[in-house]
Amino acid sequence: MRRVALIALPYLWLLLLFFVPFLIVLKISLSDTALAIPPYTPTLDLARGWEGFTEWWSALDVDNFIFLTTDSLYWKAYLSSLQIAVISTLLTLAVGYPIAYAMSRAPDEWRPTLLMLVILPFWTSFLIRVYAWKAILSQEGFLNQFLSVFGVDPLTILNTNTAVYIGIVYTYLPFMVLPLYAALEKLDDSLLEAAEDLGCSRMKAFWLITIPLSKQGIIAGSFLVFIPVMGEFVIPTLLGGSDTLMIGKVLWEEFFSNRDWPVASAVAIILLLILIIPIVLFIKNEEKQWESDV
Amino acid sequence: MRRISWFNATSLTLGFAFLYIPMLVLVIYSFNANKLVTVWAGFSVRWYGELFRNEAFLDAAWVTLRVALVSSLLATVLGTAAAYVLVRGGRFFGRTLFSGMLYAPLVMPEVILGLSLLLLFISIGLDRGMLTIILAHTTFSMAFVAVVVTSRLVAFDRSLEEAARDLGCTRWDAFRSVTLPIIAPAVISGWLLGFTLSLDDLVIASFTSGPSATTLPIKIFSAVRLGVSPEINALSAILIGIVTVGVITTSLISKRSIMKRIAEENRADQ
Repeated sequence: MRRVALIALPYLWLLLLFFVPFLIVLKISLSDTALAIPPYTPTLDLARGWEGFTEWWSALDVDNFIFLTTDSLYWKAYLSSLQIAVISTLLTLAVGYPIAYAMSRAPDEWRPTLLMLVILPFWTSFLIRVYAWKAILSQEGFLNQFLSVFGVDPLTILNTNTAVYIGIVYTYLPFMVLPLYAALEKLDDSLLEAAEDLGCSRMKAFWLITIPLSKQGIIAGSFLVFIPVMGEFVIPTLLGGSDTLMIGKVLWEEFFSNRDWPVASAVAIILLLILIIPIVLFIKNEEKQWESDV
Repeated sequence: MRRISWFNATSLTLGFAFLYIPMLVLVIYSFNANKLVTVWAGFSVRWYGELFRNEAFLDAAWVTLRVALVSSLLATVLGTAAAYVLVRGGRFFGRTLFSGMLYAPLVMPEVILGLSLLLLFISIGLDRGMLTIILAHTTFSMAFVAVVVTSRLVAFDRSLEEAARDLGCTRWDAFRSVTLPIIAPAVISGWLLGFTLSLDDLVIASFTSGPSATTLPIKIFSAVRLGVSPEINALSAILIGIVTVGVITTSLISKRSIMKRIAEENRADQ
């Protein structure tokens, strides 16, 4: 009896507040925009039974999805989000791997402190960490003040895609470092020693042993960066320029500025379809990790 | 003892400089007397004073704290139950769907979660306000609690639970007197994580809040969208300070408990 309650409580919560909402998004993406509150038609009237259902069913259409394909803004935003997400995932991996590697090779008594130093920014407000870069990268900002000491002309970084990349690498770095560190920490040193004894150069041993054995960390870290960045809204809005096109920003504006809920829902559905495979792979990878730990 | 190589030392120095310099600059310049944020004009706590006289910010901070407290507690109960069910519950109907729904919010873009929850609240006729933000935050915090608790549950020795059962404990007694004390650190850090995530959330709160309830991140966002402001710098420095004190304290406590455990194990060995 208690077991049923234990399963049912979180299960029902997730069904009601996670699963059902997606069905509603799907439904609204198939509705027409209307100048009303809520600004869409039709609504499903369950009180009228089967008749209500068929009426609602026949009123559904895919106009919003067709609209998304006719206006180049949308597919350009999807492509540009994809590009930004791929490049920034690779950048975060390139920045994060040496840090995680050095942490895992550090003396044992340093490790708790190093780990704490990575976790601290992770607990600090995301919004504030993005905001910090505004004052650094602006035309009169700290970076240009610093560079002017060396006689370098002011750089225009804020409100460009470069600023977006810097912001993403900065804020998502702990998400990359932590799974990488978890994987690298488990690495058995004797494997590397054996490789060296057998005549492997250190570089070759790194590529042949360290990288493959940290694969799960690389996968987990990359998904933890790539998937949320695809829908990122705060970073492109605060650091990007008017030409920074990201689908999260488009969805936000469609919803809050244009108040076109059906189109916003269609945008969300397509984004979800793009991300469903990475999300499933991410969950599978997590479960595999739990199982290997048991 | 292992020595750290030149290359690794450089990676660590550069990496931590990159992580910390922006926050450090923000904290230092929050004491800048100048209204122009990037031009230093002497030390002053003026902006902290202005901040504490700003009613709108204080109201928003109060709403945010209450939402974070309630949603993180709910998320801790639900997330711990979910983790327990997944690790110890065996097979049940729709297990894959359950774990999928539980872990998906970890990576799901916030705009999608926010939009879908808002559309749910509207279609069931729930007015947007504190309650809707709490429901939304509980849903995504739950995933984080579940991950933290799961990692602890898979790591600990199952035979302890079985021993308690063999000695006549009911499943519930075994959970309460054996499992819960062992996973307690993970439950607490899950709760803290849920709490900070809720304090920090902008996107989901923007979708699910109404005119009656504005949270601090929503206030901060609308202020910083226009540019940098000295008041926000002061607020940021306070928030960074709270997190720093919190993280350092918890890591000292956990370090002490680890030391204590090692000492006890040594005593037991003798």
